[in-house]
Amino acid sequence: MSQEPSETLLFPYRVLDLTDEKGFLCGKILGDMGADVVKIEPPGGDPSRRIGPFYKDIPDPEKSLYWFAYNTSKRGITLNIETADGRELFKRLVGRADLVIESSPPGTMEGLGLGYAVLRELNPGLILTSITPYGQDGPYRDYKGADIVCWALGGMAFLCGDPDRAPLQVSFPQSYLHAAAEAAAASNLALYHRKNTGEGQHIDVSAQACVPWCTMNALEFWPLNRSIITRAGPYRHRPAVNARDRQIWPCKDGYVHFLMMGGIVADYMTRLVAWMDEEGAADEYIKEIKWAEFDMAYLPQSVYDALEEPIGKFFMRYTMKELYEEAVRRRVQLYPVCNAREIVESPQLEARNFWQEVEHPELKTTITYPGAFLKVTGAKCGISRRAPLIGEHNEEIFCGELGLKREELVLLRQAGVI
Amino acid sequence: MAKQVFEGIKIADFAWVAVGPRSTQYLSEHGATVVRIESGTHPETLRMAAPYKDNKAGVNRTAFFARYNTNKYGVTLNLNHPRAREVAHRFIKWADIVSEAYPPGRMKRWGLAYEDLVKIKPDIIMFSACNQGQTGPHASQPGYGVQLTSLAGFTNLTGWPGRTPGGLYGAYTDFVSPHFIAASLAAALEYRARTGKGLYIDNSQYECGAQFLSPVLLDYLVNGRIWKAMGNRHPYAAPHGIYRCRGKDGWAAIAVFTDEEWEGFCRATDEPPWTQDPRFQSFVGRKENEDELDCLVETWTSQFDPEEVMTMMQREGVAAGIAAKNKDVYEDPQLKHRHHFWEMEHSEIGSIPWEGPSFILSKTPAQLTKPAPCIGEDNHYVYTELLGLSDEEFVQLMNEGVLE
Repeated sequence: MSQEPSETLLFPYRVLDLTDEKGFLCGKILGDMGADVVKIEPPGGDPSRRIGPFYKDIPDPEKSLYWFAYNTSKRGITLNIETADGRELFKRLVGRADLVIESSPPGTMEGLGLGYAVLRELNPGLILTSITPYGQDGPYRDYKGADIVCWALGGMAFLCGDPDRAPLQVSFPQSYLHAAAEAAAASNLALYHRKNTGEGQHIDVSAQACVPWCTMNALEFWPLNRSIITRAGPYRHRPAVNARDRQIWPCKDGYVHFLMMGGIVADYMTRLVAWMDEEGAADEYIKEIKWAEFDMAYLPQSVYDALEEPIGKFFMRYTMKELYEEAVRRRVQLYPVCNAREIVESPQLEARNFWQEVEHPELKTTITYPGAFLKVTGAKCGISRRAPLIGEHNEEIFCGELGLKREELVLLRQAGVI
Repeated sequence: MAKQVFEGIKIADFAWVAVGPRSTQYLSEHGATVVRIESGTHPETLRMAAPYKDNKAGVNRTAFFARYNTNKYGVTLNLNHPRAREVAHRFIKWADIVSEAYPPGRMKRWGLAYEDLVKIKPDIIMFSACNQGQTGPHASQPGYGVQLTSLAGFTNLTGWPGRTPGGLYGAYTDFVSPHFIAASLAAALEYRARTGKGLYIDNSQYECGAQFLSPVLLDYLVNGRIWKAMGNRHPYAAPHGIYRCRGKDGWAAIAVFTDEEWEGFCRATDEPPWTQDPRFQSFVGRKENEDELDCLVETWTSQFDPEEVMTMMQREGVAAGIAAKNKDVYEDPQLKHRHHFWEMEHSEIGSIPWEGPSFILSKTPAQLTKPAPCIGEDNHYVYTELLGLSDEEFVQLMNEGVLE
């Protein structure tokens, strides 16, 4: 866990993180890359600390696992930027920072006298990254945002779920995570630009605009074919022939993901049929198919059905684990439909030392976290410290860096500034 | 036009399918010179998958490939040809960044692993995009983001209680990794400018995917709890869902988190008697009676078009939006305002809107100027102008089948 700071990608940079749950992950990514990220919370702690789940199910602002997960590698201070004293302190911090990330409704920062135009005066190279549901400008600018709403407006919901029920979100909502991770990418683009030119800028990230990028190939069916792609549950919708083929298959104790394919990428279909044949489960029809010449895209439903029957019966004989182990051995594109336990028990993630032990002295324990998002050779990347406690680094930053005296800290505390 | 962020940066993009090309696209949209290196002897998966222009298959007719390769050049090079290595080495000498997404070990067989590349160019930045990373017992299992979406836990969390999971469309994890890779590539270029050092990035879609479910994984690691799909329910909002509206497959999402928003919801619905039901006047009451509440919400929404529901709710400060079909996404007034789509004429696909970035840089906004290349479209320009081969060398390589 210890790392030489100078060996990290973003070692020289200071980030002030004003975000709520729409942007936590942005600062975490920059922090895991080595930037010095200071999370700024309102006095008493960020309201997002109320988001569960909680450590040992104790609903306490210092025990939110949501907060833990997305605020690693940050230090934390409290500061009420809605007070005049708070704003002054914030401006002093801005003078020493490279990046400010925020996720308040458009116009909020300007309303506080802390808009990009003001911050740029204080620090001409400053990069301000704003993350909002819809963007800084435009007809939805002042609309209320929610993760499920961005997911729906961006076109993903309509593609997800069973055809006889409502469009679906992921039960752990995703739109804001895309926005926050996108904001990290955009911030680094701007940092590189600044490295070359000295110029800072304002970045406008829209969660809604992140979602169409998740729709894979669904959008262009409209301009090219005037086809609307609809949700097909465990099946895949084939609009050209109005047919569907199965993707999620029940097995003995759960589900597996298996996609039938033809053409030159379909060599694994031959290996699946050989496997079925060894177990006496391949019928004559499936054995005779020449997969390399088999074009899956334009088949009638009857062919998909004829394939689904023997394959489906075969999978039902085995457990997820049995099917996956044999699929790995035979290089067949079959994967288990995992839950959290199965991910945590993955031999692959273990072999790559993915999980990272992070000390929580305040809880007198160590918690296992999902580790680095990328393995980087030549520069370190990963969690450098657990998420901050409320105001944990107030003294370190206000006194140590800004030179405030302890008495001033007490005064500001009483005035509700920190 | 303002100087672009990555003007002068050169990328030899050996990657294919979605995650690699989508990652380098962040740079091509912002001024980098990106060359997609393919082979006509083995066209990549996305060139052979729908949607095709007029439903007619063809490697240059699919938007599936084209959407991830805007602003890039396209060349062909048959890496299995004995002379291909010398050409590949010229790309390495030329490039700042090299990307690839082959099964682990393939680049090494071609003499193009990171340790080979640094001998040619010590400060090269390289990334490998792969389902499960370059190492480990499952590294070589073939697959796409489509199945990784299940391995990484997303499929299980998309569905209705008591039903088969699996409603999550497409190769979802392919669209999680690129944020992280693009963030790292930009940081790596900055790092190289500062330290003179290159680096190597090993991407596992599984490991990037886990970042988007971290609290769910921590809940198991700490509390032993396993999350299950819960439709459109949300732990601290009610009503929260996607409700049937008037019209064919018309739906709108509504999310009510606070009492204030509930009051706004009641005003938006013109306060039918059920909204005054005492059970619905507190969050806990709404949560405990959510099945009934959802049915009642739908009796109201089904009288209106999705757009009407959205407007009426938003007017009263309640988060709401239509469940956009593909055609609706192109018509969305907010995305239009942001110029999210760029109309460009592709020589075989024709003129259609192509997606631009989800963020806008105030000083150096993206410029989309070139639709995706047809296979080998830029061979002459790239090999002679960018790599500096003479016309004779180019013709000779072509005749020998190296550039197929």
